[in-house]
Amino acid sequence: METQTITQEIGETAAATQPVSKELSGSEALLEALIVEGVDTIFGYPGGAIMPIYDALYDYSEKLNHILVRHEQGGIHAGQGYARTSGKVGVVFATSGPGATNLVTGLADAQIDSTPLVCITGQVFAHLLGTDAFQETDVINITTPITKWNYQVTDATEIPEVIAKAFYIARSGRPGPVLIDITKNAQIQKFQFEGYTPCNHIRSYRPKPIVRPQYIQQAAELINNAKKPFIIWGQGVILGSAEKEFKAFVEKSGIPAAWTILGAGAIPTDHPQNVGMLGMHGNYGPNVLTNECDVLIAIGMRFDDRVTGRLDKYAKQAKVIHLDIDPAEIDKNVKSTVPVWGDCKETIPMLTQLVEQRQYTEWLNTFNEYTRKEVEQVIHEELNPSTEEMTMGEVIKHLNELTNGDAVIVTDVGQHQMVACRYAKFNKTRSNVTSGGLGTMGFALPAAIGAKFGAQQRDVIAIIGDGGFQMTLQELGTIMQTGVNVKIVILNNRFLGMVRQWQELFNQRRYSFVDIQSPDFVTVAKGYGIAGKSISDRSELEGSLKEMLAHDGSFLLEVFVTKENNVFPMVPQGCSVAEIRLK
Amino acid sequence: MEIQETDKQEFNITVYTENQIGLLNRIAIIFTRRKINIDSLNTSPSEIDSIHRFNIVITESEEVVRKLTRQIEKQVEVLKVYYHTNADVVWQELALYKVSTDVIAEKVSVERLLRENGARAVTIRKDYTVFEATGHREETDNLIKILQPYGLIEFVRSARVAIIKDSEGFNSKLREFERLEPGEEVIENEYLNQGQKVFTM
Repeated sequence: METQTITQEIGETAAATQPVSKELSGSEALLEALIVEGVDTIFGYPGGAIMPIYDALYDYSEKLNHILVRHEQGGIHAGQGYARTSGKVGVVFATSGPGATNLVTGLADAQIDSTPLVCITGQVFAHLLGTDAFQETDVINITTPITKWNYQVTDATEIPEVIAKAFYIARSGRPGPVLIDITKNAQIQKFQFEGYTPCNHIRSYRPKPIVRPQYIQQAAELINNAKKPFIIWGQGVILGSAEKEFKAFVEKSGIPAAWTILGAGAIPTDHPQNVGMLGMHGNYGPNVLTNECDVLIAIGMRFDDRVTGRLDKYAKQAKVIHLDIDPAEIDKNVKSTVPVWGDCKETIPMLTQLVEQRQYTEWLNTFNEYTRKEVEQVIHEELNPSTEEMTMGEVIKHLNELTNGDAVIVTDVGQHQMVACRYAKFNKTRSNVTSGGLGTMGFALPAAIGAKFGAQQRDVIAIIGDGGFQMTLQELGTIMQTGVNVKIVILNNRFLGMVRQWQELFNQRRYSFVDIQSPDFVTVAKGYGIAGKSISDRSELEGSLKEMLAHDGSFLLEVFVTKENNVFPMVPQGCSVAEIRLK
Repeated sequence: MEIQETDKQEFNITVYTENQIGLLNRIAIIFTRRKINIDSLNTSPSEIDSIHRFNIVITESEEVVRKLTRQIEKQVEVLKVYYHTNADVVWQELALYKVSTDVIAEKVSVERLLRENGARAVTIRKDYTVFEATGHREETDNLIKILQPYGLIEFVRSARVAIIKDSEGFNSKLREFERLEPGEEVIENEYLNQGQKVFTM
């Protein structure tokens, strides 16, 4: 399996091994390695300790498209966006010291959301390590808890092998970020380069646990004897490229299925068995019925606390089948009745074969009953507001109509993120790019840039709040310089909305530092040569969205929405999923 | 009374790893992130050149220990992790005691006490003598108490090393790992899991 994947990814760059022997510098060896790994885009920012690599890059700029970002955090989020839409490993360059520390947020984000990245940081000369040299930071130790693997190279001869390991580790098993710190002397050092061989085995590393058929058997028995089974799926289905296999399983078993925020789009939003979103701001039925199902089938998801709510009241009545590639996730938060370790691309078809073809008409109707209630009490008003001011939901509704659910939606963090994920229509996989586990404000703008480079033929729309946009708006400069076509929708409620909502609900409306002022975003965009428009009247909404989508190039649309809208339903912190509130 | 999964007790965690800079930190932070104190930590080369063995002792519930071992095993350069209760291992700590040679020469009782406690002289010099004792914590502690009145000059104790009672085939499995480098697909170090009491995944 692994070798297959690698051959696919390497694609047209011909043979994995180039049986050539030539003298190269460490920097050149690195770039040769990237080319064999099929890398086409690098997001980066130069600096003193990575100058030799950038010098070499000067001669490789036809093969490797380097995107100059405005801040290393922007660079790594762009790498994440690229990885999420393309399914390939995102590559990021940064210099030592502050360049490397600026990667930290993105590494933590990629680690918790299992995004494959290879980050290359420059480092001071090896003989200066530990001397508090200019721009020296102990990057390896800083990034150890937030990388799947990291390594410091001090000798150029190590580079081919280490880069091969880096790509293999980043993309295999449960993917994650890898950081390689290369001292300046190693970048400069010449050595006899014997070609580059991608890695497909590390003896201490087992990317996929062995599939145990007896557990599949047990799982199938539980499912076949269930009255009210319920599938909950996460990003594992997408990361494992198992969308087709998953859909086949869902359709044969007839079981209702709900998704975590990162699982969105693995099967289309309007699939009849797709009953909606799980979690704190998920849909009514999936949350309540988690505590009523008799068999819970969790696939490629990790029972995050935002999904489970209060753990000791979570699905206690249910037998739990947990499919995951990472053995550490099994029984971490929710005790499983049957653990199914393995790559879901292999395990799901095995399960599909053993489950009986069924329909759970009555059970599915129960979900639909809840949906009706949610539409009545929440969704209808959010999408068709009676208020004069616009809601976030109606913006998403119009976008759905105009894009028909084919666009990549990149969201930041906060209310707009929950609204976008709840209401956006996804026809295709790899369409929802958001910061799920870490909740990184400032993620969306740079991630959208990367997402577009990762899926150039698709429309990429970033939905961002007025707060989050101001965290990384310098990346408008990247858009300006590269000409990348990204549509930006700022849902401006003149508040840090999610915190305000909590303050309203749980802190007696003590609005402590959530009242945020913003610049004239359209003027800011104009300064970067990006077209834009700001609207506050419903009559302008559809036309402006059309204008944005039709515009040749990037476009910023600011939409003023209701100041104090709350996102509902909501599972308040410390409550069980069954205690989800509709208001 | 039977020990419940949620009751805290001492656990011995055995970790086989590659010999890699930074790995100690990578393993240590798995404990510190969860605010778990490491009672004892020993790391040294195993019988195979490139493979290191960690012995880590913590006081926690089995449930927590199981999750920790999975997090450790997840690290790229970790070959295998096991956990055992004290009943499942044979363990020892080594202690060194430095006392004045004059005192020992004078007091016959000291020599008797040392012998009774299984200590033996490692170095004898004109001015001081270094004794060594191995045993469980209480045993080496006990000897401190005994030597204190006779002018104990310096004391040091090692971390715990533990041999797993039910470890059929460990050595040959490690040899196999050695042969496999750089190798093809490792089938799985699964057969190490055959023992009921060792960590299985």
